[in-house]
Amino acid sequence: MSPPTRTLVSGDEAVAMAALDAGVALGTGYPGTPSTEILETMDAQGGKAQWAPNEKVALEVAVGVAFAGARALVTMKHVGVNVAADILFTVAYSGIDGALVLVSADDPGMSSSQNEQDNRRYAVAAGVPMLEPADSQEAYDLTLAAFELSQKWRIPVMLRMTTRVCHSKSILRHRQPKQKSPPTHFERNIPWRVMIPAHARPAHRRLRQKLAEIERWSEECPLNRVIEGERGLGIITSGVTFLHCREASPMASVLKLGVTYPLPIKLIRQFTAGVDRCLVIEEGDPYLADAIRAAGVRVESKAEMYRFGELNVTRVRRIVAGDSSPEAAPLKGKPPELCAACPYRQPFGVLRKLNCIVAGDIGCYTLGALPPLDAMDTQLCMGASLGVGLGLRHVLGEAEARRVVSVIGDSTFMHSGITGLVEMVYNPPATGHVLLILDNGTTAMTGQQEHPATGRKLGHEPTNRVKIEDVCKAVGVHRVDVIDASADPAGFEKLLKHRLSSNELSVIIARRPCILAAGKIRKYEQEAQACQECAHEPE
Amino acid sequence: MSRSSDVTNVIVCGLGGQGVIKASDMLADAACRAGFDVKKAEIHGMSQRGGSVSSDVRFGKQVLSPMVPMGEADYLVVVAPDEVANVLPLLREGGVLIDPALLGESAPASVKSLNMALLGALSWRLPIERRHWQEAMKANLDAKWHKANAEAFETGFRLARLRADAGGQAGRKIG
Repeated sequence: MSPPTRTLVSGDEAVAMAALDAGVALGTGYPGTPSTEILETMDAQGGKAQWAPNEKVALEVAVGVAFAGARALVTMKHVGVNVAADILFTVAYSGIDGALVLVSADDPGMSSSQNEQDNRRYAVAAGVPMLEPADSQEAYDLTLAAFELSQKWRIPVMLRMTTRVCHSKSILRHRQPKQKSPPTHFERNIPWRVMIPAHARPAHRRLRQKLAEIERWSEECPLNRVIEGERGLGIITSGVTFLHCREASPMASVLKLGVTYPLPIKLIRQFTAGVDRCLVIEEGDPYLADAIRAAGVRVESKAEMYRFGELNVTRVRRIVAGDSSPEAAPLKGKPPELCAACPYRQPFGVLRKLNCIVAGDIGCYTLGALPPLDAMDTQLCMGASLGVGLGLRHVLGEAEARRVVSVIGDSTFMHSGITGLVEMVYNPPATGHVLLILDNGTTAMTGQQEHPATGRKLGHEPTNRVKIEDVCKAVGVHRVDVIDASADPAGFEKLLKHRLSSNELSVIIARRPCILAAGKIRKYEQEAQACQECAHEPE
Repeated sequence: MSRSSDVTNVIVCGLGGQGVIKASDMLADAACRAGFDVKKAEIHGMSQRGGSVSSDVRFGKQVLSPMVPMGEADYLVVVAPDEVANVLPLLREGGVLIDPALLGESAPASVKSLNMALLGALSWRLPIERRHWQEAMKANLDAKWHKANAEAFETGFRLARLRADAGGQAGRKIG
């Protein structure tokens, strides 16, 4: 073991450091709070990390890396796992060759998300082991453990973080020596990797066999540990909630689960037998409580009211006391809003003025739904603006249908807007449709990350650029306009009115850089220019 | 109610863009350099969109939860005057509020350094040596901002000391 380092790092940074120390060949993912900093840190510290257009592609790339015998890290926010779920469920069957760790950064309390889904359910549903760290040291240790576990059983492993683990900083004391990346090689094994039914049937049995073995490992694994305390109260917990519990009930006995799938049921049974009262305290869904009860072990669980939002020391004290009286209202704060000079303000003003029905999407521009703009009518998931807008157009009466506009940002369009655009061309509504792409040249909401349409990679170095207008034309939209709505608001309004009144399909790209990113974008462009000039100088 | 008395709880509040996260990063770093166990928690998904931002820093012999329990902050540093009334319930009885009112006429001309001035005022009360603050400042701020921020920090520190020497409060005691 290396000498103690003692650095103050976030959970995200700790995962990146562990990935580097584990010899990860490639980190990939799509930006999403609270996971974004993992790949950024990996890149900043000399690792190979890249943004994919979306989480599904990221996981597919990571699977390829692992099929070649290398170690891959793939990161995303909780809802990103929904996008990646298709391959996740089947790569659990096929297994992998090197190692593959998927970080799911959940957001209980929805500090920056559209739902608070509990991704521990995914571990069970897909049949992949899950580890849950409580702080930065554990984020580091459990990332390393996840790679070992993945490599040993040739199975993808999920590391479930939450906002407070990802973004809280705590002291990282111990790092392991850096491991060498394993050599890569592709070994042909068609029955193991081509998941046709004849191959997938035995693969499913192999998966269940692995999970049974991993459950036995989990029973003995030091990642699940008991903190001896008084007999009167035993608490079973995981993740950051463990720390809230230790503070709220310092005398209680605690079973801290680092492996939350497969669960060490024997250990749990043994723990509950040793205490008078056993209480499961967990954030989000009653996942542990339900699984423990299903195994026939009697435990108490939190009241339903604590399913909503994050837990903290105050709430854990209430859970322990069995207090389900109404809680104090949260502090009122100032809500976020679009920046004063945001290039999206102008188009939203026009949408409002024209009384458009706006099928919106995910990004900074979702703030356009809040007062005083009030200019977005639906928002559900990445890319949904297209499908939802088209559905509205299909069934609304003509006058209303003509007011429907789908609004999506540049990064979200790359993520999952293109298939919606294909649907628009394939099944056009009778009144046509208008797609407004707000292109501010960055993934603004998550902190100005690059994406395929910026023409720069994660570390801001130039690469091939996917041109949004070319994509729209290639898909088959004949009316594609690019306009700076802030510089020419009257022109933008006129254009939008015109497009809404026709029965054609059209795309309007309102392009102007994000006010927060504009300076940096100029700098990257100048650097790329200088680089190009260097390369063209005669020898 | 169990409250680990060897842990110091600080909450820094303000609006997005006021350097709340930067100030709390520096405080946590300085406490780490001083040898304490430290944890720091905040929500920063929307911090640049002008909404309310708050960051918890806890340090001491051993820190468990990264979040300061409701009403248990020993020090509440509020960069935005308008936010004070909103966040006051975070402070424990007898806790100390450090807000721009403390600086009076000496508030730094640049609003950008307000966070550092308040951090300076806070530093007067904390068991963290001067050199650790200086190291933390170097590690967390771009070199071109060192001078302006060091001056703002110094102003805050001096004012807090002056007020205390004059028998007043280095910060407003609440409760």
